[in-house]
Amino acid sequence: MQPIILAKNLTKRFGELTAVDSIDFTIHEQDYFGFLGPNGAGKTSTIRMLYGFSPMTAGQLKILGLDIRTAARRIKEQIGVVSQENNLDTDLTVLENLLVYARYFDIPRQEARRRAGDLMAFMQLQAKEKSRVEQLSGGMKRRLVLARALINKPKILLLDEPTTGLDPQARHLIWQRLRSLKSGGTAMILTTHYMEEAAQLCNRVAVMDAGRIIATGTPQEMIRERVGAEVLELRITPELDAQVLRTIADLDLETERYGDTLYLYLPEGHALAKVLTDRLMGINHSEMIHRQATLEDLFLRLTGRELVET
Amino acid sequence: MNDIFRIPSVSWRCLRVWQRDRDAYMKFFKLSLLGNLGDPILYLVAMGYGLGRFLNQMEGMSYLEFIAPGLVISSSMFAASFECTYGSFLRMIYMKTYDAIIATPLSIEDVVAGDILWGTTKGMISGTIMFAVVGAFGLIDSFWAVGIPLLIVLVSFLFASLSMAATSFVKTFEAFNYYITLFLTPMFFFSGVFFPLNRLPDWVSVFSKLLPLTYAVEISRALIYGKPSWIVPVGSALLLAPALFFFCVSVNLMKRRVIQ
Ligand SMILES: Nc1ncnc2c1ncn2[C@@H]1O[C@H](COP(=O)(O)OP(=O)(O)OP(=O)(O)O)[C@@H](O)[C@H]1O
Ligand SMILES: [Mg+2]
Repeated sequence: MQPIILAKNLTKRFGELTAVDSIDFTIHEQDYFGFLGPNGAGKTSTIRMLYGFSPMTAGQLKILGLDIRTAARRIKEQIGVVSQENNLDTDLTVLENLLVYARYFDIPRQEARRRAGDLMAFMQLQAKEKSRVEQLSGGMKRRLVLARALINKPKILLLDEPTTGLDPQARHLIWQRLRSLKSGGTAMILTTHYMEEAAQLCNRVAVMDAGRIIATGTPQEMIRERVGAEVLELRITPELDAQVLRTIADLDLETERYGDTLYLYLPEGHALAKVLTDRLMGINHSEMIHRQATLEDLFLRLTGRELVET
Repeated sequence: MNDIFRIPSVSWRCLRVWQRDRDAYMKFFKLSLLGNLGDPILYLVAMGYGLGRFLNQMEGMSYLEFIAPGLVISSSMFAASFECTYGSFLRMIYMKTYDAIIATPLSIEDVVAGDILWGTTKGMISGTIMFAVVGAFGLIDSFWAVGIPLLIVLVSFLFASLSMAATSFVKTFEAFNYYITLFLTPMFFFSGVFFPLNRLPDWVSVFSKLLPLTYAVEISRALIYGKPSWIVPVGSALLLAPALFFFCVSVNLMKRRVIQ
């Protein structure tokens, strides 16, 4: 199967600063692909190169078999973009936003009206058809941007932080809609700092940091291989680390200390949690949390830093 | 540097942007018309009638007659300029409309060219209405005045392009004050709209000869009062050349600014 996006040594420099540092990735037709990374990792810079907004400094980029440098127009005809900042047309109403956008794609008026109606229904915006953009809530604006991105029935949907800043309900509505697009065969590339978002939507993720991809794979695979199945977080003073490590030496576990917490990574298929908690009971700790491993842990293990800055 | 001066590749799709601007304008056009036409009509009445009473004939005509052609032309200049400064800046920086459109099959060249075409249209709307007003005052007395709409197009296109070039450098809204106060307003006063330039000190005449509006005003007077001369073709060429030049340059400058 031909990949729909093929990037080789893709690089973006702004003067001295290298925002995207020679990354490679391949995205296939059915993929829901996520770029996960902290602020400034280069996610937006990568997405912007994918739709020709930002010319690449070096490397190769083929989208739907076409070279972005020579066929940007034909590529853009088949892509829908939800950019990080809402850039709705504030001079226009909800419906007008969709119709005017459809015209950029040369969609005939009748057809545009039909699609706009369908999309407003799909995104639960019918009641707001005649509202000006400023009158919409944050979640509605985001849904309108998404509806707009779908007006040309894109083969590829690019989503730059589709739900950042939204409340959980608004976020779940967007997630649902995005999942229901899967059956239609739209490929999706999204960026996020939320591991939950990546876990909810993506079958493959690339973890980015400082312009590089530091790991790729399915979320479950990556977590299993590099972190383990479960994590035990132990809030203890660093002086007690040595004592803990002695106590569990025979179990041969991966451990790591970040900040106020000692992390113990438990591999799959061993019922170690019970054993551990029993043994560690005796050591003076303020808190002990036992949970599933997440992409957050993966990121921590890979970079030594937290993914979401708080 | 070279890429600033080459001919940009603009496609027919720029019309889509023009349509977008038109649609947005149609929603508020009454307000917008008032803004564009209030000033020139006020000048025509206040200066033409008011000041005109105290003045003798100017160049063999009444003062009202003298200033009317120039006010038609300058209303186009201002309308086109405001659209491609404040209007375009708003769309580019605050509304991010440009960013949204270049995610579609349109290129940044199409977007900027479409905005310039719209600015030209705004200039044409103002100029045409002012032309009609001047006609209603009974001030048009030559068949040659049929050339005025063409002149309006030319002037509007020139100032839309020039203003877009200015906009490509501007970082804040306030910075447009430089362009308006140091360029447009002096042009308005020293291009022969309100007084003949030949009896002023030499440096003023020389200065005014450098202003494109000067030629436009002379052409407009020649046409409206039926005294066509060499100024019509030569002056038109002197308007068209910089218009085309600044059209190309402003599209290229805007591309350099938006695409990073
Ligand atoms: N137009 C620009 N000019 C100069 N530097 C830029 C530009 N755009 C981005 N950068 C820099 O490139 C780096 C990557 O930025 P980018 O926006 O791609 O990160 P991101 O992963 O999208 O971050 P966030 O999660 O905050 O959106 C940052 O250091 C940023 O400051
Ligand atoms: Mg970003």
